[in-house]
Amino acid sequence: MTASAATPSRRISAGGRASTALSVGVISTFLTVIVVLPIAALVWESKRDGARAFWQTISSPEAVGALELTFGAAFIVVLVNGVLGTITAWVLVRDDFSGKSLVNAVIDLPFALPTIVAGLTLLALYGPGSPVGIDVAFTRTAIVLALCFVTLPFVIRTVQPVLIELDVEMEEAARSLGAGQLTVFRRIVLPNILPGILSGAVLAFARALGEIGSIVLVAGSLPHTEVASVLIFNLIQDGQSAEASAVAMVLLGA
Amino acid sequence: MSIEVRNVTKRFGSFLALDDISLEIPDGSLTAVLGPSGSGKSTLLRIVAGLERPDSGEVRLEGQDATRLAPQRRNVGFVFQHYAAFKHMTVRDNVAFALSIRKRPKHEIRARVDELLELVQLQGFADRYPSRLSGGQRQRMALARALAAEPRVLLLDEPFGALDARVRAELRDWLRRLHEEVHVTTVFVTHDQEEAMEVADQVAVLDQGRLEQVGAPADLYDAPASEFVLRFVGDAVRLGCPHEVVLRRWPGEGAVEVEIERIAVLGADARVDLVDGTGERLTARLRRDELEDLDLGRGEIVWASAEPYSLAADAEAGQTLG
Amino acid sequence: MPRRLALRGVALLYLLVILLAPLGMVFYRTFQHGLHPVWQTLSNHFTVHAFEITLIATAIAVPLNAVFGVLCALAIVRRRFRGKGLLNAFIDLPLAVSPVVVGLALYLLYSPRTGWFGSWLFAHGIQVLFALPAIVLATIFVSVPFVAREVIPTLRELGNEQEQAAATLGATRRQRFWLITLPSIRWAVIYGVILTTARCLGEYGAVAVVSGRIEGRTETATTLIDDMIQNFQTGGAYAVAVVLAAIAVVVLILMTLTRPKEEAF
Repeated sequence: MTASAATPSRRISAGGRASTALSVGVISTFLTVIVVLPIAALVWESKRDGARAFWQTISSPEAVGALELTFGAAFIVVLVNGVLGTITAWVLVRDDFSGKSLVNAVIDLPFALPTIVAGLTLLALYGPGSPVGIDVAFTRTAIVLALCFVTLPFVIRTVQPVLIELDVEMEEAARSLGAGQLTVFRRIVLPNILPGILSGAVLAFARALGEIGSIVLVAGSLPHTEVASVLIFNLIQDGQSAEASAVAMVLLGA
Repeated sequence: MSIEVRNVTKRFGSFLALDDISLEIPDGSLTAVLGPSGSGKSTLLRIVAGLERPDSGEVRLEGQDATRLAPQRRNVGFVFQHYAAFKHMTVRDNVAFALSIRKRPKHEIRARVDELLELVQLQGFADRYPSRLSGGQRQRMALARALAAEPRVLLLDEPFGALDARVRAELRDWLRRLHEEVHVTTVFVTHDQEEAMEVADQVAVLDQGRLEQVGAPADLYDAPASEFVLRFVGDAVRLGCPHEVVLRRWPGEGAVEVEIERIAVLGADARVDLVDGTGERLTARLRRDELEDLDLGRGEIVWASAEPYSLAADAEAGQTLG
Repeated sequence: MPRRLALRGVALLYLLVILLAPLGMVFYRTFQHGLHPVWQTLSNHFTVHAFEITLIATAIAVPLNAVFGVLCALAIVRRRFRGKGLLNAFIDLPLAVSPVVVGLALYLLYSPRTGWFGSWLFAHGIQVLFALPAIVLATIFVSVPFVAREVIPTLRELGNEQEQAAATLGATRRQRFWLITLPSIRWAVIYGVILTTARCLGEYGAVAVVSGRIEGRTETATTLIDDMIQNFQTGGAYAVAVVLAAIAVVVLILMTLTRPKEEAF
């Protein structure tokens, strides 16, 4: 995302080989203990009872329902945040108004706020006892709402730098050739910021698939609002770790 | 400190950067290592500094074998093309660095830094950060920083390469004067033949990792050892540097008959491309008014001679009114 | 002109509806009945203990991941070795994995009866699962990437010319590391640490799985909120949430102040 080229790096001293091995060793050990081994255990467990059991689990109506809901909600959220996020990025880069830097700072709130608190805030405003009379608690809408909250920054933050780098002269040239505002956006701006939108969308999608904290409060685990992560949670509680691992692998694969 | 490079060879993967180079740099001299990009000149400098290790050969500093010595033990000052300023430190702290890591007393450091800042004319900038300095100022800071450690050798890697032409010319003169004042053995690397010829006592010409010739600028011009040296160096030296070429409408002592190929007006100056009887190309630089006084045009025949830049020449210029 | 205002309106409305109004609501609801009920909850020893657990886990995870992140960045950017791609992939893995899945993975390793290591550890009197160690491990897992991901591009951008210059000026390896390398990456490290801390404080999913949520023993602030809601102690939940939200606002301010230049708009 940065435009400038990195200045060249060269080795200053030999005798680096031993210390390289040492630091790589330390890093690898830490990473293995903390990340690799747990994941390995997960993969192993999902295969423990064999391929057939795996398929049985993930094709069970409960699993299918949860996965469909999860992927579906994630997809909707990515669309919503893709469009609104791009608009927001546009406004932040091209528009100017007092308080703009405050608005820009606020966007990172979902990164700073614990997800469970996020869920609670949505519950407060859009759940039982809502001052605006909207009660969507324990509905699929609530899930979409929660996911919008936690994935809000992704597209905005990936599109902003691209927009900043974008050469305004291209748009001016197009306009001088007679193109209207919408055309300029569609044919000049959009193709150029599309990579930014897509990378943000991918990040948002991955995040949405695995989200749990904000969902448990607003949606609980009723059959029609059970997302994959909640399903996994329940399976663990019931001691069905192999089944839980199977579903987890589906999420990981995505 | 004298430097001796003996049969140094260096490869980067399959690329041969230096091919059996041997070079002697006398104590107290100002040597230029000149060559086009890719000639290996920077690599040679870095090997002398200890920032690279040669595959074979030796580097001797004051007669001692220093080939395996780490850079921090060689007591060489190094100035980088892109300054390598310590961005998180002020100018003062940058210059003081060598002294502060040697744990010298604070007052001593302060005095020495002030002295150096005065030497490089950055007195008022001590508390600024490098990001607030111009390129030329940063490079002067880098020089002061290198000199703070009282190095026995000063190595400069294309020190003015990142600066614009005017600053480059100023710093070039300044470097020459600095050397005269400080007398440290200095080696600088450049691809600019004008720069090498103007500043150095001794010029070493490199091409594709091989040393083509070493000698005083005049020797390189008088007796080029190869076609490459002739071409690379000749252009600048033939009749002296462009601004020392004087054009007249009549022959004179040491003057060469030339035809005007092209006149390019560059702001307040003009650059005149000339070709002599043997087909050799030369350039002369004149001021706009000089050009107009001479009333030159393409295809005209005039006489060119190299003259020392002096007031006498300026007075004579009045006589060149055609 | 009107189009510009329309776009601005859409963006601001979106942020208001999704982010700001709900957040404001929490503050309102919490203090709706005055400070006393809030204080009651916060001074309750279960609450205090939950915060303690959260803070301990954070206090362990952040320094570990900070050191790890810096070492990683130095190795990846400055050294040559095989397997860099793999290392990079594993560093980023926690970002792609659902927290519940993290919890599950840790459960599989450390469950006292069936875990890979759990049974051995349990036999030696070390309890990991349903105890503090599991909470700490989960917290470390989910916050691994942040410092590394911030320092790596900064280090790449810097190159090592400054260290080369320092070497010629007489600095030893150690001096170069402490006087040149570390100071030049300090803002990236600080920003990464802030992100790491926020992530640690906010972790829920993995901890919910591995901690057992034993009141007064293995509750964290986040799981406490959940439990309080389940037990219809809404007032209490809001009180705890408000504290976390206030911390989040502070974090947000720090983030904005220390954000690396390339990312600032």
